[in-house]
Amino acid sequence: MSAWRWILLLIPGLLSAGEWSGFVELQGRHFPQQALNGDQSDRLLSVVAQPEYYQRWDQDKQSLLFVPFFRWDSADEERTHGDIRELIWIYAGDGWEARAGIGKVFWGVTEALHLVDVINQTDLVENPDGEQKLGQPMIKLSLERDWGILDLYALPGFRERTYPGEEGRLRTHPRVDKDKSGYESDREERPIDLALRWSHYIGDWDVGLAHFNGTSRDPLLTPDLNDQGEIVLTPFYEQMRQTSLDLQATKGDWLWKLEAIHRNSDSGSFNAATGGFEYTLVGIADTAMDLGVLGEYLYDDRQDEAETPFENDLFVGLRLTGNDVDGSELLAGVIKDLDDSGWMFNLEASRRIGNDWKVGAQAGLWSDIDEDDPLHNFHRDDYLEITISRYF
Amino acid sequence: MKPMLIPMLLLLTPMSAQAATPEERGLEIATEIELRDTGFHDFKATMSMLLRNKHGEESLRDMRNQTLEMENDGDKTLVIFDEPRDVKGTALLSFSHKVGDDDQWLYLPALKRVKRIASRNKSGPFMGSEFAYEDISSQEVEKYTYKFIEESDYEGKPCFLIERYPVDPNSGYTRQQVWVDQERYISLKIDYYDRKNAPLKTLVFRGYQQYLNQYWRADEMHMENHQTGKSTLLTWKQYDFRTGLTDGDFNKNSLKRAR
Repeated sequence: MSAWRWILLLIPGLLSAGEWSGFVELQGRHFPQQALNGDQSDRLLSVVAQPEYYQRWDQDKQSLLFVPFFRWDSADEERTHGDIRELIWIYAGDGWEARAGIGKVFWGVTEALHLVDVINQTDLVENPDGEQKLGQPMIKLSLERDWGILDLYALPGFRERTYPGEEGRLRTHPRVDKDKSGYESDREERPIDLALRWSHYIGDWDVGLAHFNGTSRDPLLTPDLNDQGEIVLTPFYEQMRQTSLDLQATKGDWLWKLEAIHRNSDSGSFNAATGGFEYTLVGIADTAMDLGVLGEYLYDDRQDEAETPFENDLFVGLRLTGNDVDGSELLAGVIKDLDDSGWMFNLEASRRIGNDWKVGAQAGLWSDIDEDDPLHNFHRDDYLEITISRYF
Repeated sequence: MKPMLIPMLLLLTPMSAQAATPEERGLEIATEIELRDTGFHDFKATMSMLLRNKHGEESLRDMRNQTLEMENDGDKTLVIFDEPRDVKGTALLSFSHKVGDDDQWLYLPALKRVKRIASRNKSGPFMGSEFAYEDISSQEVEKYTYKFIEESDYEGKPCFLIERYPVDPNSGYTRQQVWVDQERYISLKIDYYDRKNAPLKTLVFRGYQQYLNQYWRADEMHMENHQTGKSTLLTWKQYDFRTGLTDGDFNKNSLKRAR
């Protein structure tokens, strides 16, 4: 915490000269099918608050961003949770940048899966798509040169993945119990996670190469008995090394994308890749709307041994962009397992109402999922979600 | 753009006396517009868009613009969105080019994601407004071919009326008619014709002010769509020239820092 005291001392008149923004959100989820377990609820109502404080000084060279997050959920006590998404000090030098604090980083280009994105832990209780992330303590140095941008990360402190509780839906059976989480290297002796990334663009190509050495964000889940004598899944976090490539070619109306990783840990090593395209039809049917067609292939060479359900799958999606005053958007996608009959469907839509309000809808369906597929846990959890957000 | 100076001066003097084709005169006027606007180096400004539909319903967009002039290429621009609130912090980095597609990266702050986006779509609405991206992006001489039509008055000011034809096949227009102020070499009004050559939009520039004793910028740009009855009033404020922006302020790191 002494680092924080040091940072706080840097800031004259903190919480007085900056600006607040953020949003509050009401979310309802409905699960039409009966749950596998009688304790799980069919309807969830929850409330989110995510304020944001921002201040800059020193001729805008220095800035501070603070983004706390809190969700209250009517049914799932694990989903009622808070997090510091960001509390980060940024120094923008001439040709370099430093960041220290709790931050969020995104790496990658594909849409269906984010293989190369390994800095932040997934806040899985938020959304089964895994795109919501927990804040990660970090010190980052970034060099901006003619040959690209080189990012160096030191990541002290590890965040455990969040999992839905007993009453929650979209969870495993049996549920994951974090009380007995295990680590390959103990907290005391665990080295600080390190990462390095180079990214650049050459004409219409964007490329990123990265290496990560540290605690895997993806735990192995093994059945165990908890203190109450119930059978639960216990997360075990291995040490891992991952080297990754992400590549995008922007050719007119076509985007060509590839993410590829090689990861090794005590439990073995593997390769995985996601690659495909996004093609945009501009101004369809004489309107201002754009229609994007997406296709991606998902591969993992562990095949059926993979922790991930996406080892030989095809993603096909449609993205409709209204280009209207309300910023209407719709994204629908199907992921089909090419080895069996299973498929999953996801739909997301949103639009603004006035200047400050936004409504969103999301639906998820899982169908014909094989019993040995990790997604089988969700096969009774088709859902519809509605959100109303107020931005300020 | 400096090397253009000498040949242009040589061209200009005899040209007004001698007969030139309408195409040559059109190009000459466009080149002079660009020449007079060269050398500003960089500027920062705020942009506010008031969108109005045919029922009179209004909606507001607030942005900040940072532009860096590039020698021998189109400008680099960073646009940061402040309103509406749900897109606050979203930022667009564009490297425009004299020839070919621009390079564009969009930063989505909720996911911390930088996306390289397809920039071929020049004709789509910018933030739901009546401005297309091609209307507000860096206007380079090479992006059009030209034809001088006539000398004509606009609101009592002597103008050159020129027609220009987009080189890019993905433009939303067949042609544009531009009224150019004869004294200051600035656009006062533009009529846009759609791909079917039907009248589409009219842009009127109001409240021109001169900065650094050379560079004219309009306080207001009013775009009216004749086909939909919608309009957008774009107001520029807080112009600040030669602020010391450099190349380093226009990369993926600065895009992620932009707020």
